[in-house]
Amino acid sequence: MLILIVIALLTAMGLALIRAIKGPAVYDRILASNTFSTKTVLMIAVLGFLTGEAEFYLDIALMYTLVGFIVTVAVLKVSEFGDLGQSQTDSVEDTQ
Amino acid sequence: MIQAIDLLSGVLLSIGALFILVGSIGLLRMPDVFTRMHAAGITDTIGAAAIILGLMLIAGWSIVLIKLLLVLIFLMLLNPTACHSLARATVHGVRSPWQGTSKRQ
Repeated sequence: MLILIVIALLTAMGLALIRAIKGPAVYDRILASNTFSTKTVLMIAVLGFLTGEAEFYLDIALMYTLVGFIVTVAVLKVSEFGDLGQSQTDSVEDTQ
Repeated sequence: MIQAIDLLSGVLLSIGALFILVGSIGLLRMPDVFTRMHAAGITDTIGAAAIILGLMLIAGWSIVLIKLLLVLIFLMLLNPTACHSLARATVHGVRSPWQGTSKRQ
């Protein structure tokens, strides 16, 4: 049962990877990578139950959730502003 | 009772896998960034929730259940936030939503 779920998740990850490779804009790639990280979290959780060591695998899944969100927002910010906000004080002074 | 819980968990896992596959096909087939975002939302909400709930039924009362609940809460909290900021960034860019019709008409 669980191995079928893993296979379905791997298929879905492959489809998301195709979209990430051939996506025309950078937003398509970011969307595909966000979906890919969600599916990775689910696959780590299912793999934990498959191997019988769910406690340790779920810690990794929890970390991966947070890291995936941070990666998505950071890549979005870099693609929109060109940096991660180091020059924020300068831009605030400029607008005033 | 045990068999009923196993059956329910299997049904939930199957629903989750089905919706994740549907969302991925939509991610590949939709014509525009916004419609692709709409398709990927299926994966982030009902797919993840159904699979985590099915695993929760397997886990029973233990620390694993609490960790699965934390994963579910974080997924439900962070994925819509990321999708919203992605949509805002897309609107801020030059992209405007797809206004065309299907080529098959």
